[in-house]
Amino acid sequence: MTNLSTLLHDTRTRQIALQALLLALVAGGVGWLILNTVSNLDERGITGGFSFLDRAARFPIAESIIAYRPTDSFGWAFLVGLGNTLFLAVTVALAATLLGLGVALARRSAHPLTSGAATVYVEAMRNTPLVVQLLFWYALVTLGLPNIHAAFTPIDGVILADRGLYLPRPVMVGDKGPFLAALVLGLVAVGAAWRYGRVQRLRTGIPNRYGRIAILSTLLLLGLVWVTTGLTLSLDRPVIGRFNATGGMGLSPEFTAVFAGLLLYSAAFIGEIIRGGIDAVDRGQWEAGRALGLEEGNILRLIVIPQALRVIIPPMTSQYINITKNTTLALAVGYPDIALVAATTINQTGQAVEGILILMLVFLTLSITASLFMNWYNRRIALVTR
Amino acid sequence: MTQPTPVFVRTAPTPARAAPLAERRPLWRLLFGDMVSAAMTLVGLLGLAWMLPHLLSWAVINGVWTGGGDECRQAGACWAFLGQKYPQILFGIYPPAEQWRPIAVCALILGLGLWSLPPRNWTKLTLGLWGGGMLGSLILMGGGVLGLKSVPTSAWGGLPVTLLLTVWSLGLGFPLAVLLALGRRASLPVPRYLSIGIIELIRGLPLLSLLFIASILLPIMLPDGVSIDKLARALAAMTLVSAAYIAEVLRGGLQAIPKGQMEAAAALGLSWAQTTRLIVLPQAIAKVIPPLTSTVIVMVKNTSLVLVVGLFDLLSAGRAALADPEWPAPFAETYLLIAMIYFILCFSISRYARWLETRTSKGNRR
Repeated sequence: MTNLSTLLHDTRTRQIALQALLLALVAGGVGWLILNTVSNLDERGITGGFSFLDRAARFPIAESIIAYRPTDSFGWAFLVGLGNTLFLAVTVALAATLLGLGVALARRSAHPLTSGAATVYVEAMRNTPLVVQLLFWYALVTLGLPNIHAAFTPIDGVILADRGLYLPRPVMVGDKGPFLAALVLGLVAVGAAWRYGRVQRLRTGIPNRYGRIAILSTLLLLGLVWVTTGLTLSLDRPVIGRFNATGGMGLSPEFTAVFAGLLLYSAAFIGEIIRGGIDAVDRGQWEAGRALGLEEGNILRLIVIPQALRVIIPPMTSQYINITKNTTLALAVGYPDIALVAATTINQTGQAVEGILILMLVFLTLSITASLFMNWYNRRIALVTR
Repeated sequence: MTQPTPVFVRTAPTPARAAPLAERRPLWRLLFGDMVSAAMTLVGLLGLAWMLPHLLSWAVINGVWTGGGDECRQAGACWAFLGQKYPQILFGIYPPAEQWRPIAVCALILGLGLWSLPPRNWTKLTLGLWGGGMLGSLILMGGGVLGLKSVPTSAWGGLPVTLLLTVWSLGLGFPLAVLLALGRRASLPVPRYLSIGIIELIRGLPLLSLLFIASILLPIMLPDGVSIDKLARALAAMTLVSAAYIAEVLRGGLQAIPKGQMEAAAALGLSWAQTTRLIVLPQAIAKVIPPLTSTVIVMVKNTSLVLVVGLFDLLSAGRAALADPEWPAPFAETYLLIAMIYFILCFSISRYARWLETRTSKGNRR
């Protein structure tokens, strides 16, 4: 009797009992949901499992960076959707980082017109939902732009019409082999020279020009190969046809709208992150740089940005993950990313559980990979303290 | 004989020195002071000069303010459309005769929001008012009692759905978030890993996929015969999202509580539950009120996503209004109106958060 009551009042026992209860509750809840799912799927005559991935998809995917035909399998369709998602996320992340840096510098500028415009831009982007913005751009591209015969061509070779954006594509004509070989060789040489020069500078303290010499000689070599092998560069300009422009590099209205919308939206957030990072660097650092006689641009590049990066990298990581997650909204305007493929597959096959599992797996993998990479980079640039 | 050391004693206070003059450059020097500024000014002015006439002619000179769809077809902005369709954009397909009810719900939620802004109103009474307001808004919208005609959720739409989803997902998400945040910082492994798993899973997934799960999988996962409303399914997803995000904000607040507080509570003989309820949580929540406000903005914007699962929030109601063949689908004007409503909501909340932040930081400086 006494034994039992001491057992009841023993903290350790109580903790273990509590945790066991919690585990049992969660396991029971999950088990109950799974049992329901299995019996419901049975009733609807849907067999579980991922065997449907081998069946022919039989739905079109309007555009993709990986080749796709409707006779391809569902598994391939998912891969094609994933390719589109990744392509969109990477291009948007790169472009938004550049634009964001510009926005941050513009907002910090003393020039009232520049900083005012940047502020209005940032507030407008941050305080309206992304879906509204995407739909707005999509409507603007498909309904607001003229048709192909009255297309808007600001410069020759760029066509903006309701069928999308067409850009000239550079094409090399002639024997490309030697040129490409020289390019690879040159890049390797420049990389090696840059590294060697850096090591030398750190060892002796004397600045050197190995990197620049390597770049110059590589350019010279490339020029020589270009002339001797008789290569010519021509631009494949898009030409306005009867229904559509042909040639060049065509971007569909869906991609144009999603890319522009995501870019403008993300750049506003990235701009604020970069601005916060630059503001976090002590003003004394600027003053010290000026006292040393450095130019403003060099102070920013050599002193402020390296220190600001330490503040910027962690929120930037979540911003890149957010861009990846936000690409799913492309579904609202019909750009075939992985979410659209998953939604279509679920509609056609009824394999809801499997489709959503694939979608979840993809995004969790992407999130974890992105944060692992950014954490590695963060450790590299972090302040070393003892 | 030592000489007395000369001593200087100030008898009257010295007059305060004037503050150094703020370095202010005159406007014309900011605009044209050097080559770069002059170039930027020029580019900016040229851009404005190119854009303004286009915008003005579209919005004002060729804008249509009265009339029907035919007047709009060959002209600029079709403001007449918004004038005619605003009830449908704001309230969706709610029965027109009963439209005072969604108006009352919007007024109730916005009024409660305004009432809660000044920190002196953060009392138990306000909490009770919100609880009553949340329930009351459901009764007002749904009806079926007190002589109100019953309106199914499938007929709800527009701004009230947006506001209700925000308020309910935050209201239900908050207690869940407290549990998750406490669980994440617990010393016991089971609740800790469970909380970490749930929070990271939800934050790692796009909201869209969570809405899919709620709208497609939830009906399959529940036993036969149990069906939940479409709106409730979306609300379930939004609640989980707000809980995960608030939990991370609260974690910051919990981390900022000095250990001495817990030790002092233990020394007073308070139990873990008492310490958490009386000492830890009030301080942790007070510390994170400004970032909590930012979470509110995120949730307001997130509600616009329910359009992909076929609910009639503000955005989908606007899109439905655009489908009228009598009109030439003035999408830009409609989306601008919707964006403007979201902007007013979110921008005022963000200004409020900024104001709160300076206020609390002033209090800490003292």
